Amino acid sequence: MSKIIEVRGLSKSYIINHEGKESYTALRDVIAHKTKKIFSFSNWKSTENTKEEFWALKDIDFDIEQGDRVGIIGRNGAGKSTLLKILSRITEPTKGNIKIKGRVASLLEVGTGFHPELSGRENIFLNGAILGMSRAEIKTHFDAIVDFAEVEKFLDTPVKRYSSGMYVRLAFAVAAHLEPEILIVDEVLAVGDAQFQKKCLGKMEDVSKNEGRTVLFVSHNMGAIQRLCNNVIVMNKGVIGFQGEVTSGFNYYDSLIRDHKLTNNSSGFALKIDLNVKGQLNPKFLHSDDDIEFIIDIESPNDYTENFINVCIDNSVGDRVIHLRNDFEHFPIDIKKGKNQFKISIAKNLLAPSIYYYWCRVVIGNQQFIIDSDLISLEVKGEVISGLIAHKSTWEIA
Amino acid sequence: MKTTKSNNEDWDLVLESGRADKHYWKDLWRYRELFYILSWRDIKVRYKQTVLGAAWSIIRPLLTTIIFTIVFSKIAKLDNPGNAPYALMVFAGMLPWQFFSNALSESSNSLIGNANLITKVYFPRLIIPASSVITSLVDFAISFLILIVMMFWYHYIPSWHIVFLPVFIILAFLCAFGVGLYLTAVNVKYRDFRYIIPFIIQFGLYITPVGFSSSVIGEKWKSLYALNPMVGIIDGFRWCILGNPMNWNSFIFSVLVILVFLIIGVTYFRKMEKSFADNI
Repeated sequence: MSKIIEVRGLSKSYIINHEGKESYTALRDVIAHKTKKIFSFSNWKSTENTKEEFWALKDIDFDIEQGDRVGIIGRNGAGKSTLLKILSRITEPTKGNIKIKGRVASLLEVGTGFHPELSGRENIFLNGAILGMSRAEIKTHFDAIVDFAEVEKFLDTPVKRYSSGMYVRLAFAVAAHLEPEILIVDEVLAVGDAQFQKKCLGKMEDVSKNEGRTVLFVSHNMGAIQRLCNNVIVMNKGVIGFQGEVTSGFNYYDSLIRDHKLTNNSSGFALKIDLNVKGQLNPKFLHSDDDIEFIIDIESPNDYTENFINVCIDNSVGDRVIHLRNDFEHFPIDIKKGKNQFKISIAKNLLAPSIYYYWCRVVIGNQQFIIDSDLISLEVKGEVISGLIAHKSTWEIA
Repeated sequence: MKTTKSNNEDWDLVLESGRADKHYWKDLWRYRELFYILSWRDIKVRYKQTVLGAAWSIIRPLLTTIIFTIVFSKIAKLDNPGNAPYALMVFAGMLPWQFFSNALSESSNSLIGNANLITKVYFPRLIIPASSVITSLVDFAISFLILIVMMFWYHYIPSWHIVFLPVFIILAFLCAFGVGLYLTAVNVKYRDFRYIIPFIIQFGLYITPVGFSSSVIGEKWKSLYALNPMVGIIDGFRWCILGNPMNWNSFIFSVLVILVFLIIGVTYFRKMEKSFADNI
C-alpha cells in the first residue's frame, strides 16, 4: 500500500468580524470607517472593528493510504467541512501543506450547478462537467446514470418540473458515476427517501470496496460509516481527536458527544440536557415507539422568574421537525438559586426512523444559553417507512 | 517542514498557502469543457427564459440608435465625417458599445451569480467571467444581423476593411474581460460595489463616441480621449464597416490601455481567487 494523501501541519483560520452584522464587507462601511478615523483622532480606537481570528483547523497531520475508506466524524463545527473544502481545493490552507496523488473528485453537495430551466439530459452533462467529467466520460455512463436515477421518461423535461425525489436521484446518479482515484463525499446520503438512501449506500459501497477507490466520507450516519469505512478520523474542535479503526473511533466519538454539559463559570450557571429513553440516559439510538423525555438541569446562582426554554429537533436536512417551548404550553419556568430540573416529554411514534439533531436554548433573565450549540445527534430506528413522521393507523372493514 | 523539493515531484498536487500555482494555466486548459458547457448554459438559459430574450437584443440597440440619430444629428447637428448615413454610423458604434456594456455588467456579476459553484467545486475561477462574456457575444451576433438589414435598407456597401472586423471584436472582448475580471473580484469583496457598476456603464456611454464621431472632439483633447479604450474600438468598427477615417495613433494608445486593463484584471483576479470561497 502506498500513501495517496499526506497532510502536514494543516491549519485554517477565518477572521470573524464582530461588529458587522452582515456576513460580507460593504464598501460603504469601509469608506465610512476610514473617514471616521480621519475625522475623529480623539477616539479613533473605538471605531476599530473587533476582529477575531478563528482557527477552524489547527495543525493537523495525517496520511491516507491508497484504497482506504476513511469516515470523518465529529460534531458540527469540528472542522470536517473545512477539511473537505481544503482537500477539494475550494479554499486554501492558512498554514501547512497537503500532497495528493491522482485525480480528486469531490461531492460536497448533491446537484451542484443543476439549472432548473434545463432538461434532465442537459443537466447530466452540465453537472458532470462541473464535477470534472469529460464529455466522453459522461457519454459512456449516460445510460447507466439514467438507469440509476430512474428518470428515462422525463429526460427532456426541465428539472424544475421534477419532484424533489427525482431531482435528488438524478443528481446522485451523476455523482455516483465519477471515476476519480480519490473521492471526497460530504453528508450527501442524508437526502431522498429511505429506499433511495439504501440504494445510494449500496452504490457507494460498490465504488469504494469493489473498485478499490480511496474514499473520504463525512457523515453523521454511523451506520453508513460502519458499512463503508475501514478507518475513521474523529475531529474535535479543529484537531484530530482520533484516527484509526472504526469501532474505537466510535467509542471515542461517543465519549465526546455524551457530555452535554455547558458551564459558564463567569456567571455561575451550569446547564445540561439529557435524553431519557426508558430510564436510559442518552442512548445511542432509540426506537420510533419509545417514549422520549428531555431532562434539563440548570444550576443557578440566583432566583429568576419568567424564564424561557425551548428544545428543537431538526432532521438531517435542517428542517425543524419538533419545536418545544414552555410558553406554548403556558408552563412558567421559575428558577431558584441552586439546582433545578425540568422534564419535557413528547408523545411516542412521532419521529420516523432517521437521524435527527436536537439542541436547547435557555433564556434566564437577560442571558441566553445554547446548550450544545454543536448539535447532538439522535438516531431513531424502526421499520423503514416512508413519510416524514412515524404513524400508526387503525384499519377495519366497514 | 523537512520535505525536500525532489520529494514534491512524486505527488500530483501540492496544496499550500500562497503557493504560486504553476498548474493554473494547464488546469484552465483541462477545464475547457466546463468553460464550453457553462457558456452554453448561460446562452441557453438566457434565450429559454424570456421570449423577449432574442427580441431584446434587437429592440434595445435599434431604439437607442433612432434616439441618438435624432438627438445628435437632427438636434445637435454634429458632423458626420464619413459618407455613410448618420444612423449607420451610430449603429456601427452602438454594436461594440452594447457588447462592451453587456459583457461588463454580466461578467462583473458572474462570480456572485455562481456562488453555489464556487463554494462547492474546484475549477479555475477565470472560467466564470469568461463564459459570461461569451454570452454577450451572442447578443452581439444578433445585433449584427440588424446592421446587415440596415445596410440593405440604405443600399450601403461596406468597405473592404470589413475583413479586419474580427480584430476589433477581439479587442472589445479583451477590454470587457479585463475590466470585468477586476470588477467581479471587487464585487466578491465589497458586496455593495455592484450598485456602482450601472453608473460606471452609464458614465462610460457619455464619454464614448457612440452617438457621434470621435472626430468632433477637439485636437487638444484627442490624446486624453484615447485613454478610453472604447474610443479606439469604436473608431475601428466605423473604419471597418463604413470606411470612416481612422486615427491610428490614438488606436495604438487604446490597445495599450486595453492591455494594461487586462494585465491588472488578471493579476488582481488571480490574487483574490484563493479567497473567493471564503468571502462569497
